[in-house]
Amino acid sequence: MTALAHVPTGSGQPAAPERAVRSGRYRFLPYLLLLPGAAWLFLFFAVPLFQLAAASLYDPSGSLSTGYALTWAFGNYPDALAAYWPQFTRSFRYAGIALVLALLMGYPLAYAIAQKAGRWKNLLLVCVIAPMFTSFLVRTLAWKTILSDNGWLVGLLRDVHLLASDGRLLATPVAVVLGLTYNFLPFLVLPLYASLERLDHRLLEAASDLYASPVRAFRRVTLPLSMPGLVAGTLLFFIPASGDYINAELLGTPNEYMIGNVIDSAFLVRLDYPQGAALSFLLMAAILAVVFVYLRRAGTEEVL
Amino acid sequence: MASVGRETPAGDLRLANLTKRFGIFTAVDDLSLTIPQGSFFALLGASGCGKTTTLRMIAGLEEPTSGQVLLGDRDIARLRPYKRPVNTVFQSYALFPHLDIFENVAFGLRRRGIRKVDDQVERMLALVQLEGYGRRRPAQLSGGQQQRVALARALINHPQVLLLDEPLGALDLKLRRQMQIELKRIQTEVGITFVHVTHDQEEAMTMADTVAVMNAGKIEQLGAPAELYEFPATAFVANFLGQSNLLAGEAAGAAGGEVPVSAHGSRFAVPADRARVDRGPVYLGVRPEKLHLVGSADQVPAGRQHVTGVVSDASYVGVSTQYLLRTGWGSELSVFVANSGATAQLPVGTEAVAHWDPRHAFLLPREPGADDRTSPALDEPVGATS
Repeated sequence: MTALAHVPTGSGQPAAPERAVRSGRYRFLPYLLLLPGAAWLFLFFAVPLFQLAAASLYDPSGSLSTGYALTWAFGNYPDALAAYWPQFTRSFRYAGIALVLALLMGYPLAYAIAQKAGRWKNLLLVCVIAPMFTSFLVRTLAWKTILSDNGWLVGLLRDVHLLASDGRLLATPVAVVLGLTYNFLPFLVLPLYASLERLDHRLLEAASDLYASPVRAFRRVTLPLSMPGLVAGTLLFFIPASGDYINAELLGTPNEYMIGNVIDSAFLVRLDYPQGAALSFLLMAAILAVVFVYLRRAGTEEVL
Repeated sequence: MASVGRETPAGDLRLANLTKRFGIFTAVDDLSLTIPQGSFFALLGASGCGKTTTLRMIAGLEEPTSGQVLLGDRDIARLRPYKRPVNTVFQSYALFPHLDIFENVAFGLRRRGIRKVDDQVERMLALVQLEGYGRRRPAQLSGGQQQRVALARALINHPQVLLLDEPLGALDLKLRRQMQIELKRIQTEVGITFVHVTHDQEEAMTMADTVAVMNAGKIEQLGAPAELYEFPATAFVANFLGQSNLLAGEAAGAAGGEVPVSAHGSRFAVPADRARVDRGPVYLGVRPEKLHLVGSADQVPAGRQHVTGVVSDASYVGVSTQYLLRTGWGSELSVFVANSGATAQLPVGTEAVAHWDPRHAFLLPREPGADDRTSPALDEPVGATS
């Protein structure tokens, strides 16, 4: 999540000049204000991260009862990757498909709320946020009911022959992807909404006046100006979605397990700490790499 | 898109019975006018008079309730804005914040599929004196520079008509004057029809060949600036374009090339060609600077008409002194005396006589029962000598 600090906030305005209060007793004030947060991050983020890094290099033959020895076992990494490569790629594949689905739904939704909703704007925003007031787990369990074999949705799909008479949704990749899409949609919609809400309608009139058809005006004006929200939203969606394990656990089967499920079981079921730690770091590295490439390609062009 | 561009033969812009209603509110009411090709035309009016709605209907950003917008012989009233050979300089400039100045100016060309834009953009930036600013972002420019980018962005497309929606409103006075001259220069240079919407009467008069004064969705009067100022058609125009002293009177019909008027117990006369009406309730109008002040009635030169009163206020504003003269019947006439050094200041309370050449007066129709309209100086300095 630290990567999010690099997401451009993109108001288009150059930053206001810093106040020139750099003298006297106020000189240390910024550091003082930083202290509580920095201490918290150090104790509960940096130190555990360091411990996790160490754990990923423990001798894999150790166990909780016999104890672990730090043997700099770098082999843990290729071993873990080889053992769980399918789950690894599946995580990014599911998260990627869910992201595309969420974009197809979320962009028009955010656009409608920001630009066309008028006095319904706040109500619609509440509708987007309201599900977040219930627990993640409860929402996912609700999807279990919606997708169940004797639920109305499966019945309907069977009736119109979109689903075979014995076909099902629950315990399939479709269910997991739908769950991911639903659960993380608000994270995509809210930053997008914030960007689109700032979009000056007069710019679209100007584009139209300058020979841009509605489609071209969208491509040349709306889309580039919503890039900051789009970048922030896709990252806020993709990062937790690719590390998620609840959706695969509740809506899927072991055939749909993602890397989060593997890490979960490594720490809590199989008690294979070195492998769990190594997988955690691999996931983190993969996400950071994706984010880095993404920001290089989308984040700097036409945003600032 | 092929019909858009400089090759198309341009024509006069004609608005025919143009009407726009928003619900029960009629913003533009059966408006008809012709704007000759290549002219600098100003739509002048207070806010809410329908001038911006008219402009937006020409641009295509608002669809008329009824009526036509004709460019040459073609009715463009129902064309989408991006299909019209018309460009707009917006009041807020509406520059694209994510594009640099070069791309802002090139926007229209690129949307029309023109690939080689460099020369044209550079030439246009030179025209608005912004050479070397191509790589900057709009937010890095001053208001006046942004205004010029907005102008360049519209002009580069060689529209048949350029619409200007109060483009100078956000600029300070000095910059506004400078831009007025600049705009006029560019218009003469490129020869495109300019339609300029403004509420600033001075701006309209300095720049436009023809000014149309709008009020409540209709055109009150249309003509050259001097014509509108010297011989207004309605009381609204007389007071919107500068100031006027309008005395309520009754006219009895033209006789011998003159229209006799009785007002407040005195008799005046106005040349028949200076009368918009010659019978019934009228306003006798005289501009404040056309009035001259003397100490007593026997000093009034021959052939001039006069009103006697007491100086109730004197504001020294540098180039002139603006007096208020309270007449016997209680109205206050505005009198501007140029600071030519020829006469001494008249102190408040002195009796004075305002006189004028009848050829400078004008007669306007008046609603029966309406009283004098003598607007005191609105730009009277605070704390003026009194």
